[in-house]
Amino acid sequence: MFPAQITYHRAGSVAEAVQLLSSNEGAKLLAGGHSLLPLMKLRLAAPAVLVDIGRIEALKGVSASGGGITIGALTTHAEIASSDLVKQHAPVLAEAAALVGDPAVRNRGTIGGSVSHADPASDQPTVLTALGATFNVTGQGGDRSIAAGDFATGLLENALEENEVLTSISVPSVPSGAGSAYVKFPHPASRYAVVGAAAVVAVSGGTCSSASVVVGGVETTPARASSVEAALAGSDLGDAALDAAAAAVGGDLNGDPMGDVFASAEYRRAMAAVYVRRALGAAASRAG
Amino acid sequence: MTTRIFGSGIRRREDPRLITGRASYTDDIKLPGTLHAAILRSPYAHANIKAVDASGAAGQPGVVAVYTGEDTDGVLNGLPCAWLIPGSDLKTPAHPAIAKDKVRYVGDAVAVVVAESRYQAEDALEHIAVDYEPLDVVVSPKAAAQDGAPQLHEDVPNNIAFTWALAGGDTDAAFADAAVTVSDTITLPRLIANPMEPRSALAQWSAASGELTLWNTTQNPHIARFVTCVVTGVPEHKIRVIAPEVGGGFGSKIPFYADEAITAFCSMKLGVPVKWTETRSENYLITTQGRDHIEEVEMAATSDGVITGLRTTVYAGMGGYLSTAAPGVPTILHGLMYSGPYNIPNISGTVYGVFNNGAPVDAYRGAGRPEATMLLERMVDLVAAAVGQDPAEVRRKNLIPKFENGHDVATGITYDSGDYESALDSCLSAAGYEALRAEQAQARAEGRCVGVGVSSYVEICGLGPSQVAGAVGFQGGLWESAIIRFYPTGKANVMVGSSPHGQGEETTFAQIVAGELGVDVDDVEVIHGDTDTTPMGWGTYGSRTTAVSGAAITVAARKIKEKSRALAAHLLEAAPEDIEYEDGRFYVRGSPDQHKTIQDIALMANVAWNMPEGMEPGLEASAFYDPPNFTYPFGAHVAVVEVDPETGHIDLQRYVAVDDCGVQINPMIVEGQVHGGVVQGVGPALWEGAVYDDDGQLVTGSMLDYALPRADLLPDIEVSSNSTPSPHHPLGVKGIGEAGTIASTPTVYNAVMDALRPLGVTRVDMPLTPEKVWRAINDARNGG
Ligand SMILES: Cc1cc2nc3c(=O)[nH]c(=O)nc-3n(C[C@H](O)[C@H](O)[C@H](O)COP(=O)(O)OP(=O)(O)OC[C@H]3O[C@@H](n4cnc5c(N)ncnc54)[C@H](O)[C@@H]3O)c2cc1C
Repeated sequence: MFPAQITYHRAGSVAEAVQLLSSNEGAKLLAGGHSLLPLMKLRLAAPAVLVDIGRIEALKGVSASGGGITIGALTTHAEIASSDLVKQHAPVLAEAAALVGDPAVRNRGTIGGSVSHADPASDQPTVLTALGATFNVTGQGGDRSIAAGDFATGLLENALEENEVLTSISVPSVPSGAGSAYVKFPHPASRYAVVGAAAVVAVSGGTCSSASVVVGGVETTPARASSVEAALAGSDLGDAALDAAAAAVGGDLNGDPMGDVFASAEYRRAMAAVYVRRALGAAASRAG
Repeated sequence: MTTRIFGSGIRRREDPRLITGRASYTDDIKLPGTLHAAILRSPYAHANIKAVDASGAAGQPGVVAVYTGEDTDGVLNGLPCAWLIPGSDLKTPAHPAIAKDKVRYVGDAVAVVVAESRYQAEDALEHIAVDYEPLDVVVSPKAAAQDGAPQLHEDVPNNIAFTWALAGGDTDAAFADAAVTVSDTITLPRLIANPMEPRSALAQWSAASGELTLWNTTQNPHIARFVTCVVTGVPEHKIRVIAPEVGGGFGSKIPFYADEAITAFCSMKLGVPVKWTETRSENYLITTQGRDHIEEVEMAATSDGVITGLRTTVYAGMGGYLSTAAPGVPTILHGLMYSGPYNIPNISGTVYGVFNNGAPVDAYRGAGRPEATMLLERMVDLVAAAVGQDPAEVRRKNLIPKFENGHDVATGITYDSGDYESALDSCLSAAGYEALRAEQAQARAEGRCVGVGVSSYVEICGLGPSQVAGAVGFQGGLWESAIIRFYPTGKANVMVGSSPHGQGEETTFAQIVAGELGVDVDDVEVIHGDTDTTPMGWGTYGSRTTAVSGAAITVAARKIKEKSRALAAHLLEAAPEDIEYEDGRFYVRGSPDQHKTIQDIALMANVAWNMPEGMEPGLEASAFYDPPNFTYPFGAHVAVVEVDPETGHIDLQRYVAVDDCGVQINPMIVEGQVHGGVVQGVGPALWEGAVYDDDGQLVTGSMLDYALPRADLLPDIEVSSNSTPSPHHPLGVKGIGEAGTIASTPTVYNAVMDALRPLGVTRVDMPLTPEKVWRAINDARNGG
């Protein structure tokens, strides 16, 4: 596997990365390399310039920040899976991180790379959308924030400008008493999600006070299951309520359906209901 | 002490270097001045080549030469097919190393660039312009054999490369009289062998001496030399083929490929070493694949489940060209095994070898026998269901009773020894079969889909007597040879013509010599894989290396022992008849203190100070061993699965294997071979299958899509064994390299079908991916 010729730069800071992106047309950021390098080896991607941000310490690690946590873009899946802060504030993120690929992928792949790559089969975009996370970016025009649900704009496309770097992700704490879960149908070869369902279910006084449910793998971007959420609100979260709510997911999947030789669009849609049901069951059992 | 080494599970001596990354593979070999080749491959599965313009590549940085099919015309001969099945109307259309007029699968070579680095060579490929005229494509081997299908080769009507028929007994009468008949169409998907090491070739031509050295990822360096001679025209004795460390093959490194011919051609043109190493993507596209069968099968039985007949029609995909051994796989290695471990008096089969627009298909672990065992075991389960009996019991009543020295079956071959019922009993008891059935009944009552699969198998190993090889059209012999050479210090080398590549024979062969001659196993070094330093041999495949090469070593060791006895007698001043041997010592009968060790003998033979009259110096023996028959290992396997009917997911919960490969030289290695083999056979049952779309594009072109078995998807494999020695083998061994792969596909398939039977599902094509199972469940529900 022999990538085409590239010019390699290592950025010492976010500012330098932004500057390198601005001054080199078609330049690509390199983080853990586990999505970009395979494409380059197949010559499906051939950026003339690579800007390696992998050693910028400021982009690494998890910290507490008012009402939640902030995760540096370069934090690896393995770090997230084992972070006490993540487990405390957003356990579902740690649960999903532990399901990414295999140990090598989790040790190299970063959350920033994962969401920026905007692969619909990846796990964390689904979970971050369900958690209502915010993506913090820096570019030539300064800093801005993008809601998780708005970040992926299509298959392998994101809302970043050419010269912008995703620096961190702010994740609000899952409210106390709420339960959350991520359930995944891994592809037997790649381990990517054929279908992934994330659910956060809050309970008050025995009924569901709010729910956030998102499905990945079925459409080109994570799909919010608004009908499921609506059906859950006010319900008793019993089996019948969860069955009915999960069955409503079909109405939420109206975007571009994806299918391949392993799992057709029709099958993925059917599995979305099954996996949403399983995520709801797990989340509800953890709530309260 | 030492002799106990034979038969004990000592660790594999090859492992430390393999698992610490210190082994040296073909691609690791660096010769000064080496240039690197990259090969332009057809993006079309079927197209005429109108023009190739390579001029754009010639001036690219680092590029030394660019060659197309025109350049090799008249210089390289076509790639030969070496298994010419008699009486099968076999067609062997030309297979040029570089396609000139037409391409027949995605990956067919069209041009080669030689450059200072592989990167430069790859870059330059993008500057070669090829004008293709795309043609209609056919992928399914059955569709390819129909009238009106796109024709791959001009002189091969209906793409039928050969038609092989088999008949024993009177099948038509058996079916006419049968109380019960069952039938199904079984699809065995194409499989990608996925050795850890991709293929590689490094060619070094010496114009001064006219010698060609080829380092090559091959399972059979002596055959590779033979074919290199045929293709390049370099005389055989001026070719040296070296298979350094070879990182797995599973059959895919038996054939001789266009790539090594091209690499040799480039080196001969340029007078410098040229290297080509396959990328993983190329491995998926061009390295021979396995299986690709569509099998239409019927079985006849009495109302009590006694099998009376088997009838098959098989379409076996060959890919775009006939690979080296391809025709033998779905015929000799497949059809002749149609009786399996059962008494089946009437058997007939027709196998069509069919060209289709995919990578060439050749031997893949099990080669022909998994395809036979699959159809047989599927049919036996259908018979059991039809007569309402337990599948294990139906097997039992049809098994050939125990025999120790020869049993003829309707396909015309003679099994060596077998005790199939003991294997079945051992396996059922190891699995706790009755308890499993009780648990299954309980699970079903709870609405869970639990299934238990059983299979019995016998396979054909130790290929084979050379006379038979000739009779079935194999263009070579199937004997093996070995040289054992003792040095003055009592250490020995064993040189073999076979070529182990991961199976552990460096260890087991040393164990054989240690066992025969009472030397320490560490005093024996096994040398293989280099045609200049090893005696002629036909290679490592078909579970034949220990069976045939190991026998040659045994015979050579026994010659050493006889010479040693004579020399000991001389030194001890006794008559040779009075010399006893035990555990590395030769002594005068009745006085064990008066002895010479094998080391004493080795020293004396090498210095030759005091030899008996007429005895040559040295302690060395060679043997050529041509087996009198094949060997026939067998066994029985059980699998337990649970299906999630909501998703179609299959959870393989238990796997129990009982194999009988005769005498075991190293039980740990046997167990390892069974583990790997079982996993490799579970693959196509549940996950693996190379899929080509209607345009002949490989959709499962990487490990992202092609699902190899993974450790986390498998249970512990419960392995045990029986031992029924082969009556004709000097050590009683049979072979174990492929057994697991042969048995596990039907065992798991049958388990899943057993789980699904209450839901009304009767068949699903392999691999049993969740969507296919889910659809089958839904269809059964909707269909009634
Ligand atoms: C075998 C395998 C299995 C996998 N299985 C899974 C799985 O099960 N689930 C899953 O979710 N993922 C899976 N992945 C993907 C893995 O999580 C990747 O590591 C991740 O998607 C990308 O992270 P990275 O740091 O490697 O990014 P890179 O490959 O370095 O970059 C990916 C893309 O994002 C851009 N980018 C990277 N960082 C930034 C940033 N800070 N700002 C803006 N753009 C940026 C890059 O320019 C590039 O376009 C798998 C990958 C492999 C190789």
